[in-house]
This record gives sequence, C-alpha cells and structure tokens, in this order.
Amino acid sequence: MEIFIAIAAVLGMATIFGAVLGFIAIKFRVEGNPIVDQIDSILPQTQCGQCGYPGCRPYAEAMANNDEAINHCPPGGEATIQELAELLGVEVIPLDQEHGEEQELPSVAYIREDECIGCTKCIQACPVDAILGAAKLMHTVIVDECTGCDLCVEPCPVDCIDMLPVAIEQNTWTWDKPAGVGESSVERIPVTNIQEAS
Amino acid sequence: MSRNTWKFHGGIHPPQNKQQSVSASIRQLPLPDKLILPLQQHIGAPGKVLVSVGDRVLKGQLLAQAKGFVSANLHAPSSGTVIDISDQPVQHPSGLPGKCIVIETDGKEQWCEIHPIDDYRQMDATQLLATINNAGIVGMGGAGFPSHVKIGTQQTISTLILNAVECEPYITSDDLLMRERAAEIIEGLQILAFILNPKEILVGIEDNKPEAIAAMRRAAQESTEANPGAPCAVTIVSVPTIYPSGGEKQIIQILTGKEVPSGGLPSDLGIVCHNTGTVHAIRNAVIEGKPLISRITTMTGNLVTDPGNIEVLLGTPVSHLLQHTRTSANQIHRLIMGGPMMGFSMRSTEIPIVKTSNCIIAADDQEFPDAPPEQPCIRCGACAEVCPAKLLPQQLFFYSKSKEIDKAKHYNLMDCIECGACSFVCPSQIPLVQYFRFGKGEVRKSKIETDKSDRARMRFEAHQERLEKEAAAKEEKRQQRAAANALKKEKQAKAKLEKEAAEAANPSTAASTAQESSNEPSNNDADEALETLKSNATKASKRYQQAKKALQMAEKNGADNIDKLREKILQLETKASDAKKALKEALPSPAKKIPAKSDATPNNTPKETDTSAVIAAATARVKVKKAQNALMAAEASDASQEVLEHLSTNLNTARTELEQHAPSEPTTGEAQ
Ligand code: SF4
Ligand code: SF4
Ligand code: SF4
Ligand code: SF4
Repeated sequence: MEIFIAIAAVLGMATIFGAVLGFIAIKFRVEGNPIVDQIDSILPQTQCGQCGYPGCRPYAEAMANNDEAINHCPPGGEATIQELAELLGVEVIPLDQEHGEEQELPSVAYIREDECIGCTKCIQACPVDAILGAAKLMHTVIVDECTGCDLCVEPCPVDCIDMLPVAIEQNTWTWDKPAGVGESSVERIPVTNIQEAS
Repeated sequence: MSRNTWKFHGGIHPPQNKQQSVSASIRQLPLPDKLILPLQQHIGAPGKVLVSVGDRVLKGQLLAQAKGFVSANLHAPSSGTVIDISDQPVQHPSGLPGKCIVIETDGKEQWCEIHPIDDYRQMDATQLLATINNAGIVGMGGAGFPSHVKIGTQQTISTLILNAVECEPYITSDDLLMRERAAEIIEGLQILAFILNPKEILVGIEDNKPEAIAAMRRAAQESTEANPGAPCAVTIVSVPTIYPSGGEKQIIQILTGKEVPSGGLPSDLGIVCHNTGTVHAIRNAVIEGKPLISRITTMTGNLVTDPGNIEVLLGTPVSHLLQHTRTSANQIHRLIMGGPMMGFSMRSTEIPIVKTSNCIIAADDQEFPDAPPEQPCIRCGACAEVCPAKLLPQQLFFYSKSKEIDKAKHYNLMDCIECGACSFVCPSQIPLVQYFRFGKGEVRKSKIETDKSDRARMRFEAHQERLEKEAAAKEEKRQQRAAANALKKEKQAKAKLEKEAAEAANPSTAASTAQESSNEPSNNDADEALETLKSNATKASKRYQQAKKALQMAEKNGADNIDKLREKILQLETKASDAKKALKEALPSPAKKIPAKSDATPNNTPKETDTSAVIAAATARVKVKKAQNALMAAEASDASQEVLEHLSTNLNTARTELEQHAPSEPTTGEAQ
C-alpha cells in the first residue's frame, strides 16, 4: 500500500513541478538569442563580410549556433578575438589571415565627386546606407557613418572611390604609450628631478 | 582673520623655484610683428572665423565668434592686417598644427569701439553675463573652460572661491598680479558676487606668498570700507603650501571641507571657483569694456637672463618672449609651456602665447636633465599615498599599460586630475601620468568606437529591414498580379458564357440567369463553351510556363549560331505579323459582336459585358507582352532554334488572342 502512496506522491510532485516549470518557461521566455546579442555587441559592426557572412550579426549567429571559429574578423583583430574567447570560454587564437589582415589605421571611403557618374552602384553595395546620391547625380559618403568596409569600392564602374585613412587631428589625438621599462621618455612631464634653485 | 582649513588626501612638496621670477614687477614687451591666434584656445568648439585674409583689424575687434554654448570669442590683440588664416604650430601636446589667424601688426595699437560700464550695479546679471561672454574669457589657470558657462550656472551659488593658490613650481603670474593689482581683482570678485549672489567669497592663497596675501587683505579691507553696502565681504584665507592644492576639487576641499563627487561639478555643491587671472579679465571686460587680449605670463628657467612676469598680447610667438628676456635659445634642452608638473614640452619656439599660457620655462639639461629610465613597479605604494584624488596609481598603471580599460575605469582612471604627484614620488621613475593619459585616450577611443559600432549596427539592421520590405513588397505584387490574372481569366470565361447563353436561350431569361450565376448551367451549349474556355485558359498558362522554362534552359546552355538565330527570328516576326493580319480579316471580333448583341437584348447590361471585354483585352495584352519578352530574352541569350520557334508560336497565339479581344489595339513591341 505504502509503495503506491509513495509513487503517487512522487508522480503528483512531478506533475506540479512540471506544470510550474512549463509555465515559467513560457511566461519568462527570453526573446531572441542572448548569446548572439552578446557576440554581436563585441564584433566591430564594420559589416564588411570579410568573415564570409553577410554582416556581423550573421557571423555572430554562426559562432553561437554552428561553432564557427572566432578568428575570422579582420577589422576586429586581436582585441575582438580576445573578447570573444573570454565570452565563449575558448582559447585565444591568432587571426585567420585567409580572411584578411588587421588594419593599423581605420579608413573611410571618399568619392572623387567630379568623377562620379551617378550609377548608384555604390549605394546598393553599402551595408549601412552611408552613401547619399540619386541616379545620374553626384554621390557622396557620409563620412561619420562609413564603417570603412570597402564594399563600395569594387562595384564603382569608374573607380572613383578611395579608401583613405582617417586623419588624426587635435581632437582625436591621444597620448602614446610610454616606451616601457628601461626607457626614459625625453619629454616627460612632470619633470621629476627638479633641483631647488640656489 | 584665521579661518579653519581642511586637508585633502596626499600631496607633495616639490622645490618651489618661484623666487627667480618674483623680483621684477610685471612688464610689457615691444609689440611683436606678427600675432598668431589659434582658434582653439579653450575647451569646446573652435570659433567661427569672421575675418578674411587682407582685412584690416582693430585692437579688440572680434575675429572669431563662439560656436555653440561651450565655446569662446576671439579678439584681435592689436591693430593690423590679417595676413594668413592657416594651420600653424600651436599649444597642443601632440605637436599637431591648428588653425590660426595671423595678424601683421601695424604698431598703431588702434582700439576699436569699446563700451566700458560705469556702474555695473545698475545692470542686470544677464547683461553682465553677456558682456563676459562677449569678451571671450576662459579659465586662465590652464584648463581654458569658457567662464560664462561656469558663471551662468542655474544652480544657487552659496560660495564663490577665488583660486589664487598657484601651487605649481616656477609659476608666479597670479602672485605678481595680486601684488600689483589686488584692488582690481577684488573688484572683479565683487562683479561676480553681484551676478551670482553668494553668501561668502573665499580667496585661497598659499602661505608661500605673504606679499600677495597682504596686498589682497589690504584691498579687501579698502573695498569693504569704500562700499559698506557690498553684498558680502571677501575673506582671504592663507592655505598651507602643498602641491596640488590649486586643483579645483582640492581648493574646494581645503576651503570648505566639501568633496566634489566623482563626475560631479562644484556647482552641484553650490560652489563656483575661478582663477585669479580669469577674475581680473572679467573685471577688465566689465569696467573697461576690453575683451581678453592679453595675459600675464611667467618667463623663467635658468636660461632666461631676465626672468619675470610679462603682460603679453595673446598670439605673441614664444620666440619673441625668449628674445626680449635675453634667453640663450640655442642651449634650450626643454621648453615647457605651463608648469613642470602639468605643462607640456613645446617643439617649436613659434608657438604663440594663448589664453591659458601661464608660464614658459626655458631650461637647459642642468636644470631639467633627462628622466632616468623607467624601472619595474616595486609596489611600494608611495604613489597611492600622495594621490590627491585617492586613487591607486599602481593599479591604474598596470591596467593602462595592458589596455584593460574596463578595469582601469573601475579603478576610477577618469578621476585622475593628472597632477603628476604620483610620478613625482615614484622611486621606479615610472612616467605614471603618461600611462594614465594613454589609458584615458584608450577609454575615450573605445567609447567613440562603441558609439560608432552601435550606430553602424542600427544602420545595418535598418538597411536589412528595408531590403526585406522591398523584397516582400515585390513578392506581394507578383502574387497579386498572378491572382488578378486568374481572376481575369475566370471573368473572361464568365463573359463568354454569358454571351453564349444569351445567344442560345431566350434573350431575357438567358440574361437573368447569366447575371445570377455564371456556373449555373442554363443550357448545354453554354456549359460546353465554359469548359473549352477554361481548358484554354489553363493551356495558355501552361504554355507560358513552358516558355519560361525554355527561356531558362536557353539561358543556361546558350547556342553558338547567333546570326542564324537572328535571321530566324526576323522571319518569325514577319510571319507573326502576317498571321495576325490574316486573323484580323478572318475573325469577326467578338468584342464588336457584343455591343450588337446587347442592342438586341436590352435586359443584358451592356456595361458589364464591355468591362469583361476590356479585361479580356488587357489579359491578352499582358500575354503578348510576356511572350514577346520571353522571345526577346531567348534571342538575347542565343537560345536553340527549337526553343525560339516554340516561343514565337506562343507569341503568335497570344497576339491572336489579343486581336480577338481588342482588334483596335496596336500590337506593340515589334520594333526591337
Ligand atoms: S561608404 Fe563604402 S566603405 Fe563606407 S560603409 Fe558604405 S560601402 Fe562601406
Ligand atoms: S559607384 Fe562610383 S560612379 Fe557609381 S554612383 Fe557610386 S561613386 Fe558614383
Ligand atoms: S610609486 Fe612607483 S614603484 Fe611604487 S607602487 Fe607606485 S608605481 Fe609602483
Ligand atoms: S596624476 Fe592622477 S593618479 Fe597620479 S597622483 Fe595625480 S590624480 Fe593621482
């Protein structure tokens, strides 16, 4: 007799917990795939497709769902690989050179405007809609929105798009890292070895 | 008049080296030939240039107008001609050039019209604020923050502080200013007090400047005696000499005991803090109506034969100062603008004096020898002991060095005031401040990058969405068209059925039944006609599908005999048109028949049949178009003869159909 009571009790509990868990699973369902969002937030959003996917998010999805390697993003470079490795708990591996090399300086596209024939090919290529123009009219790049993905250069029939490195100006300049142990920096501030003048 | 003072954490006692430049009184230099005025002399947006090359300008004339709220006006320091507006070496630690207005002076020192204010107490605060704003006054202690922004605060101010500490070694410009022009400074404070209406005015002066303290006390006393009704008295507080007590947060803590929270502003605590030179400039702007066009700069360093403080026009090249203080320029090892703790090395002697240049030090390698090489950190903690911001410099150092910016931020890297106290005491000679500046740069860069990549993500997603919408809209249109075609065919069938029915049966009954429902078999003839029409419709669509397939095939495996095919097509074209003509003559048009019929059968609504005929004609037209397109495409892609023939048959059939429905319709698209 007791055995039946025990079984009934266990079954009853299983039913209740199952119902509760099932309810929670529906009620508090997480929309979307959070890991994809996290990976996507690490990727540089250049949308250049060098990773072999049509944009950063598709690559993020591939990493999350298909165990795609984390070293296929040249614009992100080492820093991105490091962050991805940390997030996904995998080893840091060097950038896969097959997908391209990490660029030293960021660059943006410039259209040589008097050469543009207004074919709109570049507009169609730009993944972030950073090009302005209309058919048969001069086109121009919204430099602040250009990610430097390079995708507009190829389609231009008159080759009037240049990728130029972003110039460093006073307001974008930052201090260099000091040379390190064993080196003395010549222009060092503060001047530490001040002598009391006699 | 002893007032309680508080202490801030840490601090150091570097050698003062102020006595070199305090013995001489403030003097002026001969007018330089050229004045170079960088547009960026302050924190915020550079001004908008109002003059062009070749313009003659007068002393005090507005050259560049403030752009936006955090920005400052720029005026001509002397009369002359604008000879250049271009990039010149400027006062920036990067050594990068900046845009400057270059004026060739004419030696006349001719003032533009100025508007001194006789009694500022008759004005209201906003007018005075505008005057200060127009005068282009910025914080002259080094930061260069536009003063009107600080004064124009919306918060209630209870304490106005004059930061006359001048704690950095070598610099004595505020000291001399107080010694010689104390009354004017007090007047400036009274103007600020009039605008801000504080409860107290505190003047903090380090106790290594007894003359300045005495002069200020005297002036404050006289001012109170002269204006017994003045809103509040000025309290001069002598503060202990320790570096960096002149930091804004530090002087506030020393004088009031209050700590400005991280990321907060002094005005959150009801405090506004101004530098001595700034207050003096405010006084000049209000009382004399003169904009900020000159400042007191200390010339010192062991290479300067005549050290001292100089009232120098903004834009004067440093080389002019060196020359007139008899400095052996060729022996200069380090030329520093600002103090030895927080200044920066200049790479050119052509850099001009700007609103924030409080000191120029020209030193040889005896006075400022090269720094010894950096050694590894020994974790002695000496840096943490002296940090006035209560940070942990060694942690910040490790994280900045390894670019772990999140951790560095967590240790409040951004709160570092770059005072250099930690570097000064570090026994391992680590250039800590430079690491922190580097780290801060990385933080800023990463912020910019994140912002940019967020924007790119948004734009990319919007782009994708747009593409998807476009594709969806296309697909929908296609389906609608297909549905419409099917409907048209159905209607066509209906119309035919009606016609047949009307012909066959008693006109009145046939019409009514046909109107009720086309499917209702009114008689066998009509039924049969419907069936044939339906099968015709399916056949037509099947043929169309076939043509499409054939076209695809042709596209895939293009043939070589293009010329032959072209000829063939021409032949087909003529054949088609011939056939069309023949058909036209042979077939009496049903579309013509219908109106005739409907005349005879008044119950049958002519309008409805008309519509069906029009629709049928449209369908036929579409078919012709499609067949034509298919043929053209096949031709273009060098299809095999078989395919072409098939397609041309299709075209002909379609045309025939069109002829039937709309004989007047011109069969378009023949000339290609
Ligand atoms: S403008 Fe060219 S380089 Fe810039 S984001 Fe668009 S496609 Fe890429
Ligand atoms: S692709 Fe080249 S030519 Fe065409 S619109 Fe763009 S820039 Fe102009
Ligand atoms: S003072 Fe220098 S050596 Fe000492 S803990 Fe700080 S950084 Fe390291
Ligand atoms: S430079 Fe920064 S970390 Fe070093 S003592 Fe000054 S506030 Fe502290």
